[in-house]
Amino acid sequence: MRDDEVTELRMSRRETQTMTTATTLQRLAESFPAVETSEFRGEARVIVPRGAAYDALAMLKTECGFDMLIDVTCVDYLVYRGATKRFGLVYLLLNTASGERLTVRIFVDEPNPSVSSVVSLWEGANWLEREVWDLFGIYFEGHPDLRRILLPEEFTAHPLRKDYPMQGRGERHNFPVITRAEG
Amino acid sequence: MALELPDNVVITKLDDLVSWCRKNSLWPMPFATACCGIELMATGASRHDLARFGAEVFRFSPRQCDLMIVAGRVVMKMLPVLQRIWLQMHEPKWCISMGACASTGGVFDTYSVVQGIDRFIPVDMYVPGCPPRPEQLIQAIIDLQAKIQKEGTMFGREFAEPERQLPKRALRP
Repeated sequence: MRDDEVTELRMSRRETQTMTTATTLQRLAESFPAVETSEFRGEARVIVPRGAAYDALAMLKTECGFDMLIDVTCVDYLVYRGATKRFGLVYLLLNTASGERLTVRIFVDEPNPSVSSVVSLWEGANWLEREVWDLFGIYFEGHPDLRRILLPEEFTAHPLRKDYPMQGRGERHNFPVITRAEG
Repeated sequence: MALELPDNVVITKLDDLVSWCRKNSLWPMPFATACCGIELMATGASRHDLARFGAEVFRFSPRQCDLMIVAGRVVMKMLPVLQRIWLQMHEPKWCISMGACASTGGVFDTYSVVQGIDRFIPVDMYVPGCPPRPEQLIQAIIDLQAKIQKEGTMFGREFAEPERQLPKRALRP
């Protein structure tokens, strides 16, 4: 295959993807007028209000074909310039039929940040949401088994929050000392 | 009156004889959690050949080991496991802290990483390096052998000495 042919193929593929994304965004905007849309380097991003989060994600899955949840993660905007809400949840979606990708962001704020769980939509969200709960302390309403996944169960803090000290609060030194006599 | 002894008889202390036996058949317990573990495996493999020093029999059961080699960083979730395995090993037993992370936490000065296993279990020998080369680990084993020969006793009286009781950097109340 010649170079210009490759370029042409890439261009056409990008075009079809952009087209499907445009349709998706249009349908999303019709159902949820409060959704904000933006684009970065050819990837579409939407910001969904917290209250409509579950319904919007359900619509994206059932009607727009986003059958795969790539990742659920979170950003703490505590010291971020211009941020109005503290936590930004990020859902990365993929339509495996068309190759279309979409980034969905949901902002939640203190106190007691919480959002609807999407385990009923994508089974794979189970451990991802547990990880976000463990490290950021975002409560996922309706999660079937919201326990810590990485840190020990007796841990009380959520250490990826920006106000948690990097060296911790003494958890790493809170262990019994074993002497030779106990051997 | 000089004692007449045949050429094939040696007189020694029982403590020295027992220590000599022990030091030449150390059975390591590989507690390898990170990249130091790769160097530990290289030490046991054919090129560096730990068998030359009588310590090649790595066992994955603490009941069959007398030398724990902690190779790699230990996080706070792993420390109770480390302590349990240490307690399961039979006396007399020794511990080598291999590498910067096991000895001090290394570059991982974070909430989850234990800042040196010698805060919570006794350590006999420290190996610097990130990770240490197999030659360094072999040197540590040779030094540990010298230590066992020098201060070892048949019933492990040396372990009862006060300075060997507490781990070196244990946080005292």
